[in-house]
Amino acid sequence: MIALLSRDMKLAMRAGGGFGLGLAFFLIVTVLVPFGVGPESGLLSKIAPGILWLGALLACLLSLDRILALDWEDGSLDLLATSPLPMEAVVSVKALAHWITTGLPLTLAAPLFGLLLSLPEAGYKWLVISLILGTPALSVIGTFGAALTVGLKRGGLLLSLLVLPLYVPTLIFGAELARRGAVGLETTTPMLMLAGITAGTIALLPFASALVLRVNLR
Amino acid sequence: MASIWEYANPVKFIRTSEMVLPWVSILATITLVVGLVWGFFFTPDDYRQGATVKIIYLHVPAALMAINVWFMMLVTSLIWLVRRHHVSALAAKAAAPVGIIMTVIALITGAIWGQPMWGTWWAWDPRLTSFLILFLFYLGYIALWEAIDNPDTAADLTSVLCLVGSVFAILSRYAVNFWNQGLHQGASLSLDKKENVADVFSTPLYICMVGFGLLFIALVFLRTRTEIHKRRTKALLARERLG
Repeated sequence: MIALLSRDMKLAMRAGGGFGLGLAFFLIVTVLVPFGVGPESGLLSKIAPGILWLGALLACLLSLDRILALDWEDGSLDLLATSPLPMEAVVSVKALAHWITTGLPLTLAAPLFGLLLSLPEAGYKWLVISLILGTPALSVIGTFGAALTVGLKRGGLLLSLLVLPLYVPTLIFGAELARRGAVGLETTTPMLMLAGITAGTIALLPFASALVLRVNLR
Repeated sequence: MASIWEYANPVKFIRTSEMVLPWVSILATITLVVGLVWGFFFTPDDYRQGATVKIIYLHVPAALMAINVWFMMLVTSLIWLVRRHHVSALAAKAAAPVGIIMTVIALITGAIWGQPMWGTWWAWDPRLTSFLILFLFYLGYIALWEAIDNPDTAADLTSVLCLVGSVFAILSRYAVNFWNQGLHQGASLSLDKKENVADVFSTPLYICMVGFGLLFIALVFLRTRTEIHKRRTKALLARERLG
């Protein structure tokens, strides 16, 4: 499992792996938003938590089809399927590798981008908390979507379409947590809900992902 | 006593549905005509909403069916995953386009109703948002069916998507409730409440609901039969090419 994790991370970080892609996309979104809505810092600080969450989510979405598609094409997925490692573990490790290479860097970079959008001071802590709680769910759900569409040519659009509604609860609670934190409201409810969604998806979705991946490899 | 699983046999299903389908269709037509004509022409105008209230006879039954069709797909998907009856998977496939149309009808009639009443075509009200999300789920489900060539693989994948999607749809419903307070009134047709829709309006509404339900049953029977015939044609063609 650890070997698979380090292999996936190496592949992602080296040239052409798309490690920087998510971050670059996140940067583009945050830099372009002020040009779109105007430089007024009051407005920007009001929408900053939502924009940052949206940027992180889209950056995540962008790299989803890399989770399984490359391994499918060169046949290493078949090897993994015949290895003693259970399929559930394979998809969990894949999701973990995706989170370490996209979710975690996005979380770490988010405060910096918050600065660009004049996020209120109280918001930084909650932004990081909400992202660190929420992005694992994005990776796990995304792995499920990738497993569903792995065998398809031009599965990218379908993957986005399938994952889009699944991301809604995470986005709502994550952005709500960041927003409430930024304006100093009570944060317990969205935080618990977000943590609950993440824990639930991590616990249950790998079984669904493994099931559909087995079907796809049949 | 015949068990329900007998209808998992396509031949038996075709034979029975052939018998049932005309009756269901006729009943659906009668109830829909009675319900809609009664609702549109023989109910008084509401004292505040005027004639716009009559769109309720399309809006509420369509919304009701939009949710129940997904529920039916959930059940048939489960049956496919557990017992692997092809008719069940095909029924889920057949129901999805009906469901998405019901969702669209609910959204469009809601917009037409909302414009004069709330002064807006669209608002991010929890129920509207949930229906938009439901629409996306239907869209993804149908797209996945269309995208996969192997019918068994497609049935498996869409079934799992339907199960996972159901959980997330319920989750979204509560998330959206938490996220925004709505314009919609609370439930006004529950049995245990005093403040219900007045009887003059609700009787034709119930008839319309039954009519929409029967219409759905007829359409699903018809579409499932078509799917079975389609698959049989494919098998026959393949056999001919071999022989």
